[in-house]
Amino acid sequence: MDVFLKGFFSWLPNVQLVHFLIVSAILFSLGMYGIVTRKNAILVLMGLELVLNAANINFIAFSRYGGLNLDGQVAAIFVIILAAAEAAIALAIVLNIYHRFQTVNIDEVSNLKE
Amino acid sequence: MSHDLLIQLSIATLLLPLLGFALLIFFGKRLPRQGDWLETGSISISLVFALIVMVQKLTLYPDQTLTLNFTWVDFQNVPGIGPLKIVLGFSVDNLAAIMTAVVALVSTAVHFFSIGYMHDDVRYSRYFAFLGFFSFSMLMIVLADNLFLLYVGWELVGISSYLLIGHWYERKSASDAAIKAFVVNRIGDVGFFIGINILYATFHTFGLKEIFEGIHSGTLPYGSEGWLTAAGVLIFCGAVGKSAQFPLHVWLPDAMEGPTPVSALIHAATMVAAGVYLLARTFPVMTAEALTIIAYVGAITAFISATIAIAQNDIKKVLAYSTISQLGYMVMALGVGAYTAGFFHLVTHAMFKAGLFLGSGSVIYALHQVLHHQGDHQTDAQDIRNMGGLKAKMPVTFWTFLMYTLAISGMPLTSGFLSKDEILAGTLAFNGLTGHVFIPIVGFLVAGLTAFYMFRLVILTFLGEHKDAHRLEHIHESPLVLTVPLIVLAALCFFVFFSFNPFSAASGWVAHAIVRPESVVPVSVAASTAETFEEALHHAHIPAMLMSLLAAGLGIVAAFSVYYWKKISADAVAARLRFVHVFLLNKWGFDDLYNNVVVGGTHVFTAVLRWFDDTIVDGLVNGSGSVTKLTSFVSGRFDAQAVDGLVNLTAYVSGASGLILRKFQTGKVQTYIVFAVMGVMIFYFVFRLF
Amino acid sequence: MQLFDIVFYAFALITIVSGFVVVFSRNIIYSAFSLLFTFFGVAGLYVLLHADFLAVTQVLIYVGGILVLLLFGIMLTNRAVNVEIKTGTLHAVPALILAAVVAGTLSGLFYSTWSDEGTPASTLQTTTRTLGELLMTSYLLPFEVASVVLLVALIGAAWTSRRSRKI
Repeated sequence: MDVFLKGFFSWLPNVQLVHFLIVSAILFSLGMYGIVTRKNAILVLMGLELVLNAANINFIAFSRYGGLNLDGQVAAIFVIILAAAEAAIALAIVLNIYHRFQTVNIDEVSNLKE
Repeated sequence: MSHDLLIQLSIATLLLPLLGFALLIFFGKRLPRQGDWLETGSISISLVFALIVMVQKLTLYPDQTLTLNFTWVDFQNVPGIGPLKIVLGFSVDNLAAIMTAVVALVSTAVHFFSIGYMHDDVRYSRYFAFLGFFSFSMLMIVLADNLFLLYVGWELVGISSYLLIGHWYERKSASDAAIKAFVVNRIGDVGFFIGINILYATFHTFGLKEIFEGIHSGTLPYGSEGWLTAAGVLIFCGAVGKSAQFPLHVWLPDAMEGPTPVSALIHAATMVAAGVYLLARTFPVMTAEALTIIAYVGAITAFISATIAIAQNDIKKVLAYSTISQLGYMVMALGVGAYTAGFFHLVTHAMFKAGLFLGSGSVIYALHQVLHHQGDHQTDAQDIRNMGGLKAKMPVTFWTFLMYTLAISGMPLTSGFLSKDEILAGTLAFNGLTGHVFIPIVGFLVAGLTAFYMFRLVILTFLGEHKDAHRLEHIHESPLVLTVPLIVLAALCFFVFFSFNPFSAASGWVAHAIVRPESVVPVSVAASTAETFEEALHHAHIPAMLMSLLAAGLGIVAAFSVYYWKKISADAVAARLRFVHVFLLNKWGFDDLYNNVVVGGTHVFTAVLRWFDDTIVDGLVNGSGSVTKLTSFVSGRFDAQAVDGLVNLTAYVSGASGLILRKFQTGKVQTYIVFAVMGVMIFYFVFRLF
Repeated sequence: MQLFDIVFYAFALITIVSGFVVVFSRNIIYSAFSLLFTFFGVAGLYVLLHADFLAVTQVLIYVGGILVLLLFGIMLTNRAVNVEIKTGTLHAVPALILAAVVAGTLSGLFYSTWSDEGTPASTLQTTTRTLGELLMTSYLLPFEVASVVLLVALIGAAWTSRRSRKI
């Protein structure tokens, strides 16, 4: 226990690639939890944004530390672009759903089930 | 006449009564007078043929045998047995020719007698049909040249006897007697059958001539003389049954339940003589031991039945026991080797015994008429104590009856005298040759007893006083159709028909015709040869004659003194010797013995079998039924629960797993995402570990 | 502990805590605004990673565009008048476990693979120019395609949300 803590704390100061990656991992799993758990469509989209952001962090971290030069950043740019486009479309769809079903609770929007 | 014609006439003699039988059985009721003329006519024609054949045979071909053979079956190879060929045929030798004539004659007489006696009978045509059937069967026995046909005829006369004894089958006693006759006969027939088969197994043929030749050439059954004796004794068994010898004599007295003409024909003259005839036919295969056994059986039979006869009160019963006794005489004669004498006695006995029965029938008929007229249905018309003094009223019956009685007693000038004398001489000769003194002693004793009881019968029936004088008034002689046969038979009891010498038959045609055949048995076991026997016989002739006359005379005197002159009271003797009297009256207890042992034993056996059947067999059947039920129940349960259960389980498992798996399909994307990510994680870990 | 590390941990904390709030909050508005802070945190992390252009782009587009859009969506799709908009969760436990597992797995994976990456010597330089050049040369096609996508998205979104629609 003592050794473990000492190891853990010795690992903290010198921030390197792995720290960023771990942050991205946490963010990713949070986002995934949000997607999977939330009933409201908008909140699912928020979770999705979290996931995409986590991926971006990953890309950029590798771009800086991992020898990708700026390719990672380019990738991140495209991710942002596409996230934006997708958010627009998604919202349009959500609005349509709201118009149709009077609710955005994706639980209740289940006409295709069975 | 040629051979062929004579043989064909014999066969015609055989078949005519059969034809009559066939016609009467089917059309009898529709014919006028129910067809009695048809049957009587056919038997009369048979008689004519038989006489022609006999005369022609004895004069033209005295030393030959006329035969007719045909192959009945000829299987080349029966699996397990080998070649099977049965050749059947008929043969006429002197013995057969005379016997045929005797049978036809007595049968014809009985037919005529029956026309009157059975006048208003309820089954008139059937009676005549069966008479014809009997005649056919008897003639088949006589004319057969092989044991197969002989046995067939043997059984057929058994059936005829059964049918005729039970003619009045409404009476239980009659149907019982018929069954008794048939069953007791059958017992003897079993032995006969085994004997035939022993011979067949050895010689593969039924023909008598071939069997004789076979034995003569040295082949013995199973290679031993003991078996040959056994075969002979077994064949004798058949005669024991059919001819009512001890111990199978019990059926004959009961057979008197049948109509009196039937008793005359079957149980006096012909069927019972078939046994003697059989012995005469198979005489060559008998070894000395077999013949000795035969002689003793005959002697014992003669003695027992004679003693029973002196105590009986029914006229027909007396005659029945007399028949048994005389048959014993004949068998004894053949046993001692007096072949000619035995057969001769058969012929003469046929005449006078038939006559005695028909005469008694005449008496019974007359008494019946009177009793019926008086409305008396209680008094027994056959009981001699109800008779007496009939001489005046029924003269013809009386005189003929007297003639028969003289013949049976062996009085001079009768045919019976000749034949009985020969037999007794034969027994003396036998004694001289072999030392068996029992036989002649019994022979003479029985001669005396015979005279005694026969004259007792005559005295009580015809002489003396009738109890009811009023009844006596109304008795009259029987019609012609009844008396003519009586006269004919009485005439034949005179000696002249058989020999011109009243004291010896040796020169008669019978003696010339019937010659004792040479035994084919190996010399070591053969009885004395014919020549030796003739020699002894010759010497014994005069002593036998004298002693038989003495014995008969004593018997007659005793009878008269007891019953006519009443010097000695029969009742007093009976009272003094009460035990003996009852014993004799009860037929030496044979019927009781057989009843308890045989019939009772069979009942016990039946009860055991029935228990077995009910408990064990039925138990097994029920048990198997129960087992089947149980098995099917178990199987059913198994099917319902296990098999169906399995099927249901499968369905249930499918349903349950479906229900479970259905939960995965929530329709929510998020669930699917969870599963997808979970899958990725699992993949990662699996690959990491391996 | 250098300044770099402290700043890093600060922004990381902001990001992660906001993320938690986004995901675990019952109130949509709270989630939305936490998302704002998350985006800012991420932008800060970008800066630390020498991705200046991206940091600004992130703020501009994500916060200014997407978040506003989300807020519009929230407002338009909820009939509530007040700010308190509640919402429920869906099979939380399995997802929680799964999230923990995923986080743990990924972290472990990252740690085991790249824990020894050093820090490259770098010169601080603006990336804008370089990115622009890359977009116009190496990544021209993706760039064009991305613009087409944007166009399509624009048309599609406009078309999909038009009012006159018979249901």
